[in-house]
Amino acid sequence: MLGSLAVVAAGPVSSHAETIKVGAILAVTGPASFLGGPEARTLEMMVEEINAAGGINGTKIDLKIDDSGGNPEKAISFAKKFIEEDQVFAIIGPSTSGETMKIKGIAEEGKTILLSAAAAEVIVNPVAKYVFKTPQKDSYAVQKIYATMKDSGISKIAILTDNTGFGSAGKEQLEKIAPEFGIEILANEVYDKGATDLTAVVTKIRSNADIQAVVNWSIVPAQAIVAKNMRQSGWEAPLFQSHGFGNIKYVEAAGAAAEGIIFPAGRLLVADVLPADHPQKELLLKYKKDYESRFKEDASTFGGHAYDALLILTKAVEQAGTDREKVRDAIENMKNVPGTGGVFNFSPEDHNGLALDSFEMLTVKDGKFAVYTK
Amino acid sequence: MMSRHYIPVGIFLVLVIVVQFATQVTATGFYLTQLTMVAYYSLVVIGLCLLMGYAGQISLGHAGFFAIGGYISGALTTHNLIGIKDHPAVSLLERAGLLLERQDLYGSALLTVEPWVAFAAAIVTAAIIAFAIGGPVLKLKGHYLAMATLGFGIIIYRIVLASYFFGAADGISDVPAFELFPGLAVSGKKDVRVSNYYIAWGLVIFGTILLQNLIHSRIGRALRSIHGSEEAANAMGVNTARLKLHTFVLSAVFAAVAGVFLTHYNGGIGPSEAGVMKSVRYVAIVAVGGMAHLWGALIMGVILNFLSLRGVFGSFDDAVFGTILILIMLFAPNGILRLGLGQKIRNLLKKDTAGD
Amino acid sequence: MSFELLTQYLFAGITYGIIYAIVAIGFNIIYNTTGIINFAQGEFVMLGGMISITLNTFMPIIPAIALAVIATMIVGALIETIFIRWLDTHSVLRMIIITIGLSILTREAALHIWGENVRSLPYFIGNETSSISILGARVSPQVLWVIGVCSLLVLGLSAFFRYTSLGREMRACAANRRAATLCGINAKNMVTLSFVLSAGLGAVAGCVMSPITYTEYDMGPGLAIKGFTVAIIGGLGNSMAAVAAGLLLGIIEALSIIVVPLAFQDAIATTILLIILFVRPHGIFGSSEVASLKEF
Repeated sequence: MLGSLAVVAAGPVSSHAETIKVGAILAVTGPASFLGGPEARTLEMMVEEINAAGGINGTKIDLKIDDSGGNPEKAISFAKKFIEEDQVFAIIGPSTSGETMKIKGIAEEGKTILLSAAAAEVIVNPVAKYVFKTPQKDSYAVQKIYATMKDSGISKIAILTDNTGFGSAGKEQLEKIAPEFGIEILANEVYDKGATDLTAVVTKIRSNADIQAVVNWSIVPAQAIVAKNMRQSGWEAPLFQSHGFGNIKYVEAAGAAAEGIIFPAGRLLVADVLPADHPQKELLLKYKKDYESRFKEDASTFGGHAYDALLILTKAVEQAGTDREKVRDAIENMKNVPGTGGVFNFSPEDHNGLALDSFEMLTVKDGKFAVYTK
Repeated sequence: MMSRHYIPVGIFLVLVIVVQFATQVTATGFYLTQLTMVAYYSLVVIGLCLLMGYAGQISLGHAGFFAIGGYISGALTTHNLIGIKDHPAVSLLERAGLLLERQDLYGSALLTVEPWVAFAAAIVTAAIIAFAIGGPVLKLKGHYLAMATLGFGIIIYRIVLASYFFGAADGISDVPAFELFPGLAVSGKKDVRVSNYYIAWGLVIFGTILLQNLIHSRIGRALRSIHGSEEAANAMGVNTARLKLHTFVLSAVFAAVAGVFLTHYNGGIGPSEAGVMKSVRYVAIVAVGGMAHLWGALIMGVILNFLSLRGVFGSFDDAVFGTILILIMLFAPNGILRLGLGQKIRNLLKKDTAGD
Repeated sequence: MSFELLTQYLFAGITYGIIYAIVAIGFNIIYNTTGIINFAQGEFVMLGGMISITLNTFMPIIPAIALAVIATMIVGALIETIFIRWLDTHSVLRMIIITIGLSILTREAALHIWGENVRSLPYFIGNETSSISILGARVSPQVLWVIGVCSLLVLGLSAFFRYTSLGREMRACAANRRAATLCGINAKNMVTLSFVLSAGLGAVAGCVMSPITYTEYDMGPGLAIKGFTVAIIGGLGNSMAAVAAGLLLGIIEALSIIVVPLAFQDAIATTILLIILFVRPHGIFGSSEVASLKEF
């Protein structure tokens, strides 16, 4: 009864409003705050800029960010609140895959566009009509890493992953894709995300002399700890990291031990060395400059995921106006839109829109990111 | 004179109905979503209140029992057995009517455990675990008891975080509705919002009646005597060890039931539900309500959880809980309802409920 | 297992063990004078690290660490005077809840002051890749700093309790508060002092370990749990036993990797904690009679 009442009262209001409401569910605090923090700051910055310029075709954005702290039950509560109560036009976030999967069905039922900033493939596979995501697929990162290994003649490796959602998704893809590239995983260890010393596990892996390279797939600070512990123990085997390494802070944290780490990442980190005609170059440089001058910290690819989400939404609203269904269709048919993560080409079958080439293999040279060349 | 105890329950029932009507009249039915979630957390809180307030035993691991309930029910009702349909064990279960064939959102066929069966499995597991650890744990006192229950909570958290069966860090998603009986299901769908509100609060009211009866019975008096002085209670012929254990198991079952229902309502569960911070919150709410004060715990649980789930505290959610915890313990260690105005209200209530 | 591998594991174990021991001693000092388990003990370690890192951006590392330790000691004193000193009753439950609340508040304050980023002090000697070869194992020089500084702290503390009049007054308070008061010792000041000492101890550990383990706003609870476990294994209140227990736990954790999947490593300490509590709540080094006598 009540449900139908609310629908009748609400239906057309949002589509003809002066502003469009956007709800963001981000893990600003808690264990995933390294994602949610930059994402929230990026969105605030962008919305301010868009509104200062008069909005999207005169329609201003009314952004509301709710901090889920990485808790799925809060994400669920907020998603329902946004959809049923605030009747938002679209939801950006959540930051983590676990949370996104909890509200995928809720967004679908509420016919509200969801632009997730989380990486897991299950978010867009199977495809849900209203659910999109902006980060590159983990499988692309793995393919890039394995292809690079093959080029260097590496076939026997150890993989280390942490016990976050990011780590376990990476582990799954690393294990799944290895046979395609003829790569053999000789050691496979999962450690706690809060681990502060991995000397013991590095020592253990190292005792197997066949291992030619190590892949570490984790969030901070373990990414830096693995690197340090490997180099301290005098082990010079190549270290590959996930695209989660995409923040110069982690390079600083690992210091001298970061030299030579190889990892796939979006082009944000090497924006200044891209060729001038690269479609992403202008946008990347602008985002980097705006973010860094405003927040006095380095821009990361994580903030970029939120940037892409709002960018895609803005483009779609520019094209299709403020009708939610039309905007959804516009996103689904969007082609050749450069974002921070790559060039987006959406289709009804692909709600991620990024291709394998959205990743570039990078390395660390003299404390800076550089494009990896063999 | 037992019926006197039901007066607050009656008031409470009326309040639940009034709130629902109010949201209907003002077209603010969306509040029911958080109010339903709050009800399930309240169920944990009143169970813990019995243990802490009446039996005097602290538990910093109750989120563990909530998680046992939610995770077992969630895992059993989502793990697809269709691939191993021909396995003798699976077909045996199917013939026994313990499995349910359904389709997921995208139309693929699923064969999962029937929610009632999963519910039973979850509750029995929680009870067995509570029974097994309750024995040695409840022999401890003070800091030792606090640490042992904290340790239990951490181990459960570690297990769900490290097991792929429980979805590791992502937790379990796409948990189906729990059809209690035809036409009435625990589900987060918008069109069953009102009925779910009543399911949740019906469960809480049932729980409070149960606890009210217990508290005002001989068992309740024995429990309070344990809280007062365990030695004296023992000397008076109360089997304190057994009584404490039964209370512990009962409160664990309350938490597990809440876990199962909320997991089906939310359509999923994540490791944060098993976290230490959650256990601390339950303890905080019981403490703020006034320890041996079922209604106080219930009211504070509703207020604090409701505000938290609506995101009112923003990025200061944990900080707000921490502050409340400290302020209450510094200035009103007997609970907020026993201060000033609260005292007067309590006196009024006492007049109603006195005469044991 | 080769000898080199074993020494490598042992060094990892000892580094962590000694840090756990320092946290456990922090618990013990406060427990002995007040009967309170300070659930915010891990936060002192975090504060020491965070403050020194901030100060290190505009002053050399040694004064930065010194000032950070003093600042953390002041925080310890403030916590005691604001939240504990004036309370008339110190029931166990009340103190558990207050210190848990303090732990949450400190952590949240740190999040809003320093943000969610991981930070660290620079290595005292060398850098992230330098290592020294000892008995076939390759060890970062910072590990030797951690072990050295923490050992000095332990020795210094035990000398303090044994040979200074202030230390003896604190011991008197721990043994019998009423008798100590009758002898003219200001027991309340001794409690404040115990918080100051315990905060300073944590802060020093937080500074020396920062280059190796990094400093994060939410590192406190994890350390506190390890610290409890060690305090319990050694027998609550017994600081010298805590050192042995800390090393034991550190080494068990480091060696456990041979048999237990790494993901469960953190559950090992908790499991040991539960087993000890169920079987020998007064600790494996203490007897029940000793446990009733408080000793630093």
